[in-house]
Amino acid sequence: MSQDITIKITDREGVTHEVQAPTDMAMNLMEIVRSYELAEEGTIGICGGMAMCASCQCYVNSDHELPEMSMDEDMMLAEAFHVKDNSRLGCQIQMTPELDGLEVELAPES
Amino acid sequence: MIKTDILIIGAGPTGLFAVFEAGLLKLKCHLIDALPQPGGQCAEIYPKKPIYDIPGYPEVLAGDLVDNLMKQIEPFEPTFTLGERAETIEKLEDGTFIVTTNKGTKHHAPIVAIAGGLGSFEPRKPPIQNLANYEDKGVEYIIRDPEMYRNKKVVIAGGGDSALDWSIFLTDVASEVTLVHRRNEFRGALDSVEKVQELKNLGKINLITPAEITGIQGEGHVTAVEVTKKGEEPFTVDTDHFIPLFGLAPKLGPIADWGLEIEKNAIKVDNTLDYQTNIPGIYAIGDVNTYPGKLKLILCGFHEATLMCQSAYQRIFPDKKYVMKYTTVSGIDGFDGTRKEAPKAVVKAIN
Repeated sequence: MSQDITIKITDREGVTHEVQAPTDMAMNLMEIVRSYELAEEGTIGICGGMAMCASCQCYVNSDHELPEMSMDEDMMLAEAFHVKDNSRLGCQIQMTPELDGLEVELAPES
Repeated sequence: MIKTDILIIGAGPTGLFAVFEAGLLKLKCHLIDALPQPGGQCAEIYPKKPIYDIPGYPEVLAGDLVDNLMKQIEPFEPTFTLGERAETIEKLEDGTFIVTTNKGTKHHAPIVAIAGGLGSFEPRKPPIQNLANYEDKGVEYIIRDPEMYRNKKVVIAGGGDSALDWSIFLTDVASEVTLVHRRNEFRGALDSVEKVQELKNLGKINLITPAEITGIQGEGHVTAVEVTKKGEEPFTVDTDHFIPLFGLAPKLGPIADWGLEIEKNAIKVDNTLDYQTNIPGIYAIGDVNTYPGKLKLILCGFHEATLMCQSAYQRIFPDKKYVMKYTTVSGIDGFDGTRKEAPKAVVKAIN
């Protein structure tokens, strides 16, 4: 049986939303943000989730163990703006049961 | 003044396929695109990535899809205004439109089809205070004329192919080339990375990594940039030009001010009929439009383009009768005089 997890997403206006994310639909964090419309369409997930645009950059504020960064993600973040030590690309974080309670903040639009 | 039947704004897959469907109806198309090449996102962002949901293609590279579309529409002789962004639209008394680009090129057509995707691609600008004050005063996001940098000091920022390639190129033009990147690793082609390493060893490129440009100095024109290495005090590098090369991102841009109904950064259209906008004669197809249940898929864009062309035909020729024909039956008559048709069956008696 698959389960939904609860994650906290702080949008670009600073408002925190607690949302349910399915773990059985191969969804990533960027897609969760879009499905709940927490960022304006056209300002997130521009490349569709290929780690090629950084429009889904977010800051991970909880200490969950996340999937290791791929070379693509690492190099994209090297060219993104507003990057911090806890920056990740939302499109590269798949929703799994282990991520229950995840807390993230969307990076500014750039 | 460029005149055409359907003026298509955006030369991505949807806009390109619209040329084919229009061609079957003997309508001519002209396309405007802000990028220097056709293909939109497929060509600009992910040409080497595979797409798996184009009907009939189990797998096709985005760049190959664009090449195939260009080949498919070739008989219908589309014309292009590339590297220019559609800026303003004016509706004339006879109901036709004039669209003018940012470079002043004027286009006249009875039908405008916006196939603009997520918008026109604009350079991504790093968040540096006062950056905007120096635009065209020493800060350029796109290199238009390399001669501008002849015997000047240049600082380039970025870690992709364009940052690498221009750094290499400008070593023969500029008096001094500095390349600043936040990492020691670069994302560009291996050849380019190795060439930069070689030029660095020869002292022709001043490579500063891992570092960022954090400020710009100069009275009325750039004279220096502030460079910060991680965990260190900032220092200044004297320069005449600062060229941030961080790729392109799409922005809806001036189309948002054309009086079209916009929702969720997209143009609302009538999907029960023909993908027309709230302004009769202006259609929106592909990723740029929205309606209940909209999916931003290339295959949906193809469908929308097809229905748009039928409606456009009726609008241009309200009194003409027309029924859709199958290409297998009628073949394809190109505007260039070529004809493609299914081979005729040969009947031969054997007794």
